[in-house]
Amino acid sequence: MRVKSTLENYLFVLPAAGIFAIFYIIPFIWVFQLGLYSWDGILPTKIFVGLANFKEIFFEDKIWWGAMRNAGYITLIALTLQNALAFLLAWACDREIRMKNFYRMIFFIPPVLSEVVVGLVWQWILDGNYGLLNGWLANLGLAQWSHNWLSDPATALTTIAIVHSWKGFGWGFLIFLAGLQTIPRELYEAARVDGANAWASFRNITVPLMIPVTVLVAILTILGTMQAFVLIIAMTDGGPAYHTQVPVLRILASMRGSSRFGYACAQGISFGVILMAISFIQYRFSKTARQV
Amino acid sequence: MRRNFLSVAGVFLFVLFFIAACSQSPGGRAANAVTVWHWMTDREEVFQELAKRYEAKTGIRVSFELYAPSDAYAQKVRAAAQGNNLPDVFGLLGEKRDFSSFVKAGHILNLTPYMQDSNQEWQNRFFAKALSVNEFTPGNSYEVEPGIYGVPIDIMTIQMLYNKDLYKELGFNPSKPPKTFAEFLEVGKRISAYGGKEKKMQGLVSGWGEAWMIDCLANNYAFNIMGKDKVLATLKGKVPYTDLDWIKVLSLFKDMQDSGVLSSGIVTMVNKNAEQLFANGRAVFAFNGSWCVNVYREMDPKLNYAPMLPPLASDKFPMSIWGGAGSSFIVNARSKNKEEAVKFLKWLTGRDQQVYLAEVTRNPPANKDSLGKISALMAEFANDMDLSTHPSTWGVSEYPQVIEAFDKGIQSIIIGEKTPEEVAREVQKIKEREMAR
Repeated sequence: MRVKSTLENYLFVLPAAGIFAIFYIIPFIWVFQLGLYSWDGILPTKIFVGLANFKEIFFEDKIWWGAMRNAGYITLIALTLQNALAFLLAWACDREIRMKNFYRMIFFIPPVLSEVVVGLVWQWILDGNYGLLNGWLANLGLAQWSHNWLSDPATALTTIAIVHSWKGFGWGFLIFLAGLQTIPRELYEAARVDGANAWASFRNITVPLMIPVTVLVAILTILGTMQAFVLIIAMTDGGPAYHTQVPVLRILASMRGSSRFGYACAQGISFGVILMAISFIQYRFSKTARQV
Repeated sequence: MRRNFLSVAGVFLFVLFFIAACSQSPGGRAANAVTVWHWMTDREEVFQELAKRYEAKTGIRVSFELYAPSDAYAQKVRAAAQGNNLPDVFGLLGEKRDFSSFVKAGHILNLTPYMQDSNQEWQNRFFAKALSVNEFTPGNSYEVEPGIYGVPIDIMTIQMLYNKDLYKELGFNPSKPPKTFAEFLEVGKRISAYGGKEKKMQGLVSGWGEAWMIDCLANNYAFNIMGKDKVLATLKGKVPYTDLDWIKVLSLFKDMQDSGVLSSGIVTMVNKNAEQLFANGRAVFAFNGSWCVNVYREMDPKLNYAPMLPPLASDKFPMSIWGGAGSSFIVNARSKNKEEAVKFLKWLTGRDQQVYLAEVTRNPPANKDSLGKISALMAEFANDMDLSTHPSTWGVSEYPQVIEAFDKGIQSIIIGEKTPEEVAREVQKIKEREMAR
């Protein structure tokens, strides 16, 4: 009877496990296996190169690490600017303000827009020759601030990071808002009765109780931002030179431009492992923070 | 309990069937019908119309399937090749190296016997340079069996264009575009000093955010400065990129930037934006392909412009421009319908169909007998085919990593972060690394 029950339990899990294995585990193993070969993606013959592709990624490919640095910079802006904005707006909408449902809807519009469309619209706004932003600056008498925002290496990456933050803050906003709404109101009332001011309530109630949500948002932000590329393709295609290259664009370049499928697979695996490591470290760090 | 078991088993079977249904066997396509994959959104309607005409004439159904944008299309073709699931006829986007891999993998039918049938009747229809893009010559470095592997359906050249009205506004003779590089730079100085229209006149616009167009112009000048033999010797690794002639080629981009002849923001400009700027009469020069005739006509039918050769930087060698087949179709060697596919392509490249294609899409036809029937402007582009060259016809190709370093290096020169010498050294280093691999 017990064996039958166990068997049945496994049978229930089997479809989900099967789907997970077919769409995640097997491709992952296959991609890792391809990463051990030199292959152009077309010819039936593959040359086994062992870990040479991984060695090249970690010790020789400076462009790859430049792309990682760029992605790290965009992520840093997203973690700070984007999430601070998301938290601030969520906190404001969680309070009794007029038209809060309207704001909730408005703030969630950017994330649901197509990244390509957003990229093209912002490219049009930021165009150095005839862009709206430079036009507005000129109308305000600030023509000296007009700039080639996307073509100048000094501003291209930051501009992309800001547009990415604008596009992505709605997700964080939604999760933060849901988190804020789970905090019992009685805690704030009790604190008020005990004489706590708004700042003390925020510091001693909101912040500690929001740590799990903040960790979740931070992990999602890191994973989402490090993998961002559609917006970048639409705005600069990784240029000028290599100034807005990100890892996914490099994987695409290896696969599409250089026809190095094996190398692209090795890049994909390395990138995945790096992201998992970052998420794990962050999770451990947040666990420690919560215990403190 | 039994019901639970059946439900779970049912779900499992559904998943299995779902996955099985997602795949398609190569033999799954209808026999006696030809399936064609393409990426040309601007030609979709014309292709559908031609398919109807062909079916009415022969009873053979031709199904054109559009997959756009071109990047997505290129990925689809690769994926289909890996799964042996290519259609009867398709186009290849990529470099000659990729083309050779498709041939060597057995995906592409050698069309030489068909081309040479009946006293080379089919072969003789085409511009030789259009056909050579799809040809592998004896002793080619790709080690592909010599032969013709693709059918050009139109031709293209990539060259410079100038806006006659703006050129005149700058004080130049509108019927005499700059012939030398010095004259070209002089225009740049004039544009920088131009005070009219709130200084909103731009110099040269082009899609240099898509690096291949930079590569194209740089190669034009490499041919002009050092000649074809030295360029090919560089590709073969016999001449380094640090050679003075290559540094001279790279320096031209610095000179252009310094003179003000390049549009600001050109390093991240996509060709669509460049086309808009030129068609809106905001840029004096454009570097674009012959497909632009159709694009500019739709944007502004009254645009007063003409093609011109890139101004000569040296009088040692003639200027060469990129040109050849614009788009080509190839036949799947494993297709059950390959004979029908070849017959259809023969019909498609017939004179009447080519004239129809050229009239509607405004791309110069690959069939040289159709040339007399197209517009004068289009014919002007087509006539420059004599000066054209294309990497696909050189029999040797550069490593993609070297091309990327070269093109990105030129972007770095334009934005002023590297010197031509630095870029030359970096490119040579990558070349040596790739050769040693």
